[in-house]
Amino acid sequence: MENMAGQKPAVVIALNLSVVLLVFLWIFPTLGLFVSSFRTGDQITSSGWWASLFPAEQILQVRVQDPDEFRVDRGNGVFVVEGNVFAEGLGEPLPIDSWGTSSRALDANQAGDTADLGDGETMTLAEDGSYIWQGNDEQISGRAQRMFITATVPPNFTLDNYGFVLFNPENAEGMAKAFFNTLTVVIPATIIPILIAAFAAYALAWMDFPGRALLIAAVVGLLVVPLQLALIPLLSLHNAVGIGKGYLGVWLAHTGFGLPLAIYLLRNYMVGLPRDIIENAKVDGATDFQIFTKIILPLSFPALASFAIFQFLWTWNDLLVALVFLIDSSGQTTVMTKQLVELLGTRGGDWEILATSAFVSIAVPLVVFFSMQRYLVRGLLAGSVK
Amino acid sequence: MHPALLGLVTVAIGVSGCIGYFYGANLFLDKVLYPAKGPNAGRNINRANMIRPWVFLFPALCALGLYLAYPVFATLRLSFLERLPGNEYAFVGMENYTKMFAEPKFWEAMRNNVMWLIFVPAASTAFGLLAAQLTDRLRWGSIAKSIIFMPMAISLVGAAVIFKLVYEARPEDVAQIGVLNHLYLNYFGGVEPQQWLQIPFWNNLFLMIVLVWIQTGFAMVILSAALRGIPEETVEAAIVDGANPVQIFFKIKIPQIMSTIVVVWTTITIATLKVFDIVFAMTNGQWETQVLANYMYDKLFRANDWGMGSAAAMIIMLMVTPILWWNVQNARKEMR
Repeated sequence: MENMAGQKPAVVIALNLSVVLLVFLWIFPTLGLFVSSFRTGDQITSSGWWASLFPAEQILQVRVQDPDEFRVDRGNGVFVVEGNVFAEGLGEPLPIDSWGTSSRALDANQAGDTADLGDGETMTLAEDGSYIWQGNDEQISGRAQRMFITATVPPNFTLDNYGFVLFNPENAEGMAKAFFNTLTVVIPATIIPILIAAFAAYALAWMDFPGRALLIAAVVGLLVVPLQLALIPLLSLHNAVGIGKGYLGVWLAHTGFGLPLAIYLLRNYMVGLPRDIIENAKVDGATDFQIFTKIILPLSFPALASFAIFQFLWTWNDLLVALVFLIDSSGQTTVMTKQLVELLGTRGGDWEILATSAFVSIAVPLVVFFSMQRYLVRGLLAGSVK
Repeated sequence: MHPALLGLVTVAIGVSGCIGYFYGANLFLDKVLYPAKGPNAGRNINRANMIRPWVFLFPALCALGLYLAYPVFATLRLSFLERLPGNEYAFVGMENYTKMFAEPKFWEAMRNNVMWLIFVPAASTAFGLLAAQLTDRLRWGSIAKSIIFMPMAISLVGAAVIFKLVYEARPEDVAQIGVLNHLYLNYFGGVEPQQWLQIPFWNNLFLMIVLVWIQTGFAMVILSAALRGIPEETVEAAIVDGANPVQIFFKIKIPQIMSTIVVVWTTITIATLKVFDIVFAMTNGQWETQVLANYMYDKLFRANDWGMGSAAAMIIMLMVTPILWWNVQNARKEMR
């Protein structure tokens, strides 16, 4: 379309802008969570995450040192308190834009100015944060002088949240255990259905037997059966045969629920493989089993990869199946999605914990997504457009 | 044993079990049951080939039957029963259904589900179509597509957390950290911060947006492939005839990809019907946001009422059935 006649520059710009807007809308929410996971709780509550990407003006409130303890007698009834606001608790030195001594005039003075506090009492604040508070015996006593300092704070991020969420053994709500539990659920639940489905798909694609069309139709039908229906009957079944709630149950459930898509995807792909290869092999005396393992399986790799990614994403992100078939009252087998829901309830306002935990659970699927996107797209196309 | 180790052992057992089953059963068929030698060699080969498909299909059919087909009937049965203490059941006919229909919460869930079913597939397909058409012409289109497609990889619970931050409301006198309230107060003349998820009726919209955000990428990928499949000549002919881009899009392209649009629409419809995680994590059905799947979960595991829970599940099944039937018809048409 790029060489289409009549493409006006204005149209091209409008096109680019609208795509930029669309992409921005789609990435913005995720970016918010990502950025928030690198901020401290105080930072998150004091400003929106979008502001944290740029240097920000921040008003810092501080009291100078206690005059009764630190004042120095300069003679002639003049007393001073000297110090440095950053050394005394504001932390890292920041560039000071303006300052004031009253909450009604926050930006009354510039750095280096000397403010007149009345009756000869003065306050001087230098650029490096050092101050001199000067006055008579009565003025330099009692409560220490307040200062309001407007400073430019550069973007500041920390990895502490990840340390707390992943590696702090004292954090009972940490994600490390849930992470491994999720992994434990996902790996068998991804690999086992592939094998079972591959054989079935081959039979449905390349073997002739009565009832084949009916079976394919049944698989297509089962594709859309809501798994909500399976919850109670299967849980009772698991309890009756002694599996109960646990990993074995969730592996079996995921295998069962993943099979229709697996068979459907793989059959669609295998049916498209060239007939010649298979017939030649048959003429040469290969058995169906040999054809399947030596020819079909290697050739079907893209479809196998597609399904593996689907099943991986689906089992990693699943909440309902884990809730019903895996997580018992001991909570030892909790998965990350469940842990997140718990955190939403108990730590609803602690966005640094929530954001970090959420990102820990999102990170692995995102890596898989971006590295295997090609197969995912191919699988989607094979799975729905037919 | 440590569960992770158990997982690895299971993978090993499962994989070797599968391979062992297929190999062993195949060998048994060829060498023991119907060996391809002796006086009946020809007949035996034919018989072996008649049985072999079922050998290949057996594990899959077992799993499908047990985990998907059987539950449909078991749930149907349960929906007519009432569970009594001591693992006993009593037949109550339609009572579970009539009780459910008398509950306002059920009708709220139905109303919301219908809204979800109208809004989410429509919005996702429309945005997906827009994104597909716009990005197809750009040099950096594939990057843009990747980003719009990305939410597909994010769990619904993860998305719920992401959007909770977007919708976050803080007291009036402190900084707003949710972008929606920030925009509302600073640019749209809002007076006080809104608890977006607690405004009845409209909060459904805010929940739906999460699913639209996720499903648009799916729609875009499929529709983009369909748009590329349109024969160039049809578009060129339209240009020669003086059609403008809008006309080309709506009169030439859309009709040609209509069948794909329908597929995308129905696929998203099914995903929407089963929506559970988003509501469960964000509002848990409070403030009039209940949906059927969450209503069912409530009945099954909180109220512990299997009869009504199963009845609710059957309602979901009933709503899926037209699509199921339509899919099966299409698949059968294709095979002829």
